[in-house]
Amino acid sequence: MKPVKDVGIIGYGAYVPRYRLPASEVARVWKNGEDVLPVHEKSVPGLDEDTATMAIEAARSALQRAGVDPQLIGAVWVGSESHPYAVKPTSTIVAEALGIVPNTLAGDWEFACKAGTEALQASIGLVGSGMARYALAIGMDTAQGRPGDALEYTAAAGGAAYIVGPAEEALAVFEGSFSYVTDTPDFFRRPYQHYPQHGSRFTGEPAYFKHIQAAAKALMEELGARPEDFTYAVFHQPNIKFPQQVAKMLGFRPEQIKPGLLVGEIGNTYAGSSLIGLSATLDAAKPGDRILLVSFGSGAGSDAFALRVTEAIEERRARAYLTREYVSRRKPIDYGLYVRYRRKLHMH
Amino acid sequence: MRDVSIIGFGQTPVGEHWELSLRHLAAQAVLAAMQDAGIERADALYVGNMLSSETSGQHHLGALVADFVGLRGIEAFRVEAACASGAAALRAGYLAVASDAADLVIVAGVEKMTDSIGNSITTALAEAADADYETPHGLSFVSINALLMRRYMYEFGVRHEDFAGFAITAHQNAVNNPYAMFRRPITKEEFVQARMIADPINLLDSSPVADGAAAVVLCPTEQARSFTDHPVRIRACEVGTDSLALHDRRDPLFLEAGYISVQKAYARAGVTPADIDLFELHDAFTIMAALSLEAAGFARRGEGVRLAMDGSIARNGRIPISTMGGLKGRGHPVGATGIYQVIEVAQQVTGRAGANQVPNARLGMAQNIGGSGATIITTILEA
Amino acid sequence: MGIPAYWRTRAQRYALVGEVCHKCGAKIFPPRDVCPECSRPASDPFTFSGRGEVYSFSTIYQPPEGFEEFVPYTVAIVKLEEGPLVTAQLTDVDPAEVHIGMPVEMVTRKLREEGEEGQIIYGYKFRPLLRNTLTPRPSGQAA
Repeated sequence: MKPVKDVGIIGYGAYVPRYRLPASEVARVWKNGEDVLPVHEKSVPGLDEDTATMAIEAARSALQRAGVDPQLIGAVWVGSESHPYAVKPTSTIVAEALGIVPNTLAGDWEFACKAGTEALQASIGLVGSGMARYALAIGMDTAQGRPGDALEYTAAAGGAAYIVGPAEEALAVFEGSFSYVTDTPDFFRRPYQHYPQHGSRFTGEPAYFKHIQAAAKALMEELGARPEDFTYAVFHQPNIKFPQQVAKMLGFRPEQIKPGLLVGEIGNTYAGSSLIGLSATLDAAKPGDRILLVSFGSGAGSDAFALRVTEAIEERRARAYLTREYVSRRKPIDYGLYVRYRRKLHMH
Repeated sequence: MRDVSIIGFGQTPVGEHWELSLRHLAAQAVLAAMQDAGIERADALYVGNMLSSETSGQHHLGALVADFVGLRGIEAFRVEAACASGAAALRAGYLAVASDAADLVIVAGVEKMTDSIGNSITTALAEAADADYETPHGLSFVSINALLMRRYMYEFGVRHEDFAGFAITAHQNAVNNPYAMFRRPITKEEFVQARMIADPINLLDSSPVADGAAAVVLCPTEQARSFTDHPVRIRACEVGTDSLALHDRRDPLFLEAGYISVQKAYARAGVTPADIDLFELHDAFTIMAALSLEAAGFARRGEGVRLAMDGSIARNGRIPISTMGGLKGRGHPVGATGIYQVIEVAQQVTGRAGANQVPNARLGMAQNIGGSGATIITTILEA
Repeated sequence: MGIPAYWRTRAQRYALVGEVCHKCGAKIFPPRDVCPECSRPASDPFTFSGRGEVYSFSTIYQPPEGFEEFVPYTVAIVKLEEGPLVTAQLTDVDPAEVHIGMPVEMVTRKLREEGEEGQIIYGYKFRPLLRNTLTPRPSGQAA
């Protein structure tokens, strides 16, 4: 897909909370006897953090990098599976905090781990059609796994924000994008339920691998590009193994996904996962580099994007905190503190 | 203006009065004061109170207390200025008599704090602070004083233990006050090791939450001798104000409202700090005692705490404070405290302070502080 | 405070929007529409950079209602780089690390929740500066 007018990313920002729960802590408490843990550790939000506060910080960095008047941003779209309110938008809180209100679109997106890239696709459309000069798309989550469940090792907090604008102002231009969805119930959460259900091994081949490969191949075909044409690639990262496997299946080398592969250190940040992989990749990119980004959201679908980095990257990058600065700001906590911070203790 | 005197007073012991409600506490103090003055009627009743709505679900204390002391029908209303409510009520009564609007006025202070338990009293006390820009951030009233204390320690290079003298003196003096809550001495070791509440303020820096009521009767000085052999002249009762929030003050470490009220009081009474024989200051926290001494001119900036270290504040020292226990030892039923202080000064200047008598005390000063210093009322009394 | 009272102050709470006095140039926070320096009307919005340093601090062990789950937490007065003092919580910091003069930056966080069913109150807090060398966040008149 390609909009009428060329568009690109003019600003980006990442956020990861300070606390880390080592996977060994989950294993210690639950003794699941797993030989290989899916991540090294995962990020845990502080008691005063939620998707709205984290989105605000990432968006502030994006705005700082973009250096545009917030009043010209025509949409604030936050993708998450952990919006603080069931009814009441996260996006209006973000829009207010950034001074984007009142003449703007604002809405929350929901599509499991691809809610953020769905917002990004829509932003490309909105800006590319000329309906708005700029649009802000955010993927951010504070994901929760049932205590003792396999997801508890990985369900983490973090994400990234992107301001989409005209290609001539961009630090990375969208060369094209593609979306691919089917009705595949690999992972879901019913209303009023605290924790999701997942299809265990069903989340692999018919879900993650099928959708990512289909979207990536279709986009590369549309662009006439091959894996080796990209400097970097980012695939949704629910654990360390999956993105490495899918990269290999598509013909990408390990070095291409290395800068964006954060899951081992911060866990699976759900709607933020592929987008924070992209922000870490942009932190490493040079002008002219091409980047392939492919998300995956259960339910299920993938959004694929091809980007070409411009000369603007270096100066913009220096205007705000790097993804790595959040990743390396870490305070390990034990399972007890984790239970308290994530409100798994019922006090009454 | 007419000269005004105190012709009688009454007080309940400060403490946990589980059997007494707000109105009964107030009535006990008012009836005791009326008996002390030998009166059966009055022209007006002013009730100082801060928290009755939060703790007892009761506003409208003027008419309530008037009714329950048998004075139904008289002019009566409540006066509120946070922890300075008691002295604010005194100011109202003083003005009424001085202006010739009334001849016989009862001023009461009452607080019933133990009807509210747990964190809700912490919340209620914080209402003295700025509700838009301090309390929404989770500040307790103690923590606001702790912010002051920490900065004071930093700027003036003093240690927490240097404040111990304020608490030790207060507890020592409370031993002989039958109305005091804590009638036991404390040691420096206990002070240093006390449980932390909002660091650096610990339990023994802090005055206790308590129930209490106190009342005085005022009349024109020219009539005072017809009621009592121990009249006490109100030489001044003056109010100063400042920003509610510490962050809005020109200098958070200087009690500007205290300075204003003290200067006005000294001017009205025609006295200087050197003339003051004792000072019942508002030691809600040890830091407040230090700041109060500085604002009143008894110490230079940053040196108030030294008076607690060198014995100046003892009963035989240069400027005795908390002579009947202060807020720390007597207890701090917030809206009543200003009246307790005035009664204690009255006891001292009339030579009726018993074992705690300050030798040759003639001129005494009381200072009641609302919030972290936004309302400060200074009263000078003379026998 | 109820919903309207929190709503009314959202701009200053989320983003440190204060005021600037056009007569004497003073930067004002919290906004009060009258310059505290020269007493003249001042109501032009000014967004603070959020940078400052700790002026004083205290860690609370006995909280007011609604803050129980955060104990112990540290409150502070922060001196903003534009001049005013502001009262707020510190976050993402261990109480033992805090010291007067510590450089901090504003973040928007949850101040508290009105129970599980009530509104979530957001507002400014301050955390240790992640990095000192970053170009400061621009402050200036709000658009």
